[in-house]
Amino acid sequence: MSIWEYANPKKFIATTTPVLPWVMWAAAVTLVVGLVWGFFFTPDDYRQGSTVKIFYLHVPAAMMAINIWVMMLVTSLIWLIRRHHVSALAAKAAGPIGIVMTLIALFTGAVWGQPIWGTWWVWDPRLTSFLILFLFYLGYMALWTAIEDDDTAADLTSVLCIVGSVFAVLSRYAVNFWNQGLHQGASLSLDAEENVADVFWYPALVCIAGFILLFVALVILRTHTEIRLRRARALETRMRA
Amino acid sequence: MIALLKRDLALAVRAGGGFGLGLAFFLIVIVLVPFGVGPQAELLTRIAPGILWVAALLAALLSLDRIFALDHEDGSLPLLATSPLPLEAVALVKGVAHWITTGLPLTLAAPALGFLLNLQPSAYGFLLITLLVGTPALSMIGTFGAALTVGLRRGGLLLSLLVLPLYIPTLIFGAEAVRRGADGFSATNALVLQGGITLGVFAFLPFATAAALRVNLR
Repeated sequence: MSIWEYANPKKFIATTTPVLPWVMWAAAVTLVVGLVWGFFFTPDDYRQGSTVKIFYLHVPAAMMAINIWVMMLVTSLIWLIRRHHVSALAAKAAGPIGIVMTLIALFTGAVWGQPIWGTWWVWDPRLTSFLILFLFYLGYMALWTAIEDDDTAADLTSVLCIVGSVFAVLSRYAVNFWNQGLHQGASLSLDAEENVADVFWYPALVCIAGFILLFVALVILRTHTEIRLRRARALETRMRA
Repeated sequence: MIALLKRDLALAVRAGGGFGLGLAFFLIVIVLVPFGVGPQAELLTRIAPGILWVAALLAALLSLDRIFALDHEDGSLPLLATSPLPLEAVALVKGVAHWITTGLPLTLAAPALGFLLNLQPSAYGFLLITLLVGTPALSMIGTFGAALTVGLRRGGLLLSLLVLPLYIPTLIFGAEAVRRGADGFSATNALVLQGGITLGVFAFLPFATAAALRVNLR
């Protein structure tokens, strides 16, 4: 078994269709457990009150927003190097999910920032880089929709994704240089001595797992849709000819 | 390469439009700013470095879609692609030609427009240097964007959406260096980082540009 076998869309659909409901249910269960646990069964923070609980949405969404871009970068590279069609479609399928995750992170951040920092938005490095990431997602998806030929679109968006990744990282550090921030440092590093207290940490882990599963389910579903869309279009052209 | 550069420069100058248009746009944006924010001299002094940089960036953006579009329409782009010159070199020359026709005039005009915004006297040198260092990067990034959208009929708006996020690091370091220099702090860090971006962009983006062109010419 290797990923190259799944360059065949038929094989990809045949393998992932039975798996899909399991991933979906797993995502639903983990998300419900994680969020209910986080919202109702953790103590309020002694300074932030119950506002702190938005963290169970904010952190996983923000993590996914970044990691989905990385996933798109990897799938783009696989497409460019080995012409793996399903890989290109998976990158396309992941784009809008990434946009939504970025928006969730920005929105929940604003809702949290209003009572805690007293403002919806500040030009803090982390917030700003997220806004920039959002712009990158927008440009990427706009290029996908603008080009009619599928393979050309896949090639060009892959090149853009690679160049964009370099510039996204550059922007991240440029923004650091430009302004010092209000946002706290990373709160879930593996190598940090002091992290979030365990009571908050375990439900957060469950939520992160839930978001990952949700993403996997959505990507498989959307990739199926893309494959079928392409088939439908091929059939249409054949019927017209 | 030199012949191609000369050809591009001659086309840009003779076809009118591109050459003067960017400069005129730069002037107009700078004139509009005081109407928007009010004529207080201190306020203008404070925002001048950033406004000059943003305006220069937008002016550079204006002529990007012409880099490959004209060649694509009249069919000289496939000829360039099949010529003995590697496509990477063509991309590089196109970027340099764009810089000479837009980035360089913008750089030279910027100090004059600085007067309009009441720029601090200490900032003029920094403005000139950062624009000189930064605008080549804008041209090269723009050439990459133009190569991505060359096959599209209405790529102009998409081009700005693709290119503007890529301009952010250059803008940050450029405007920051002018601001720090004007306030008497050391601008070396920002300048060096900006120079690094420019060099990196010229080293790597011609390859990405050529790749995008090859896809579009397929």
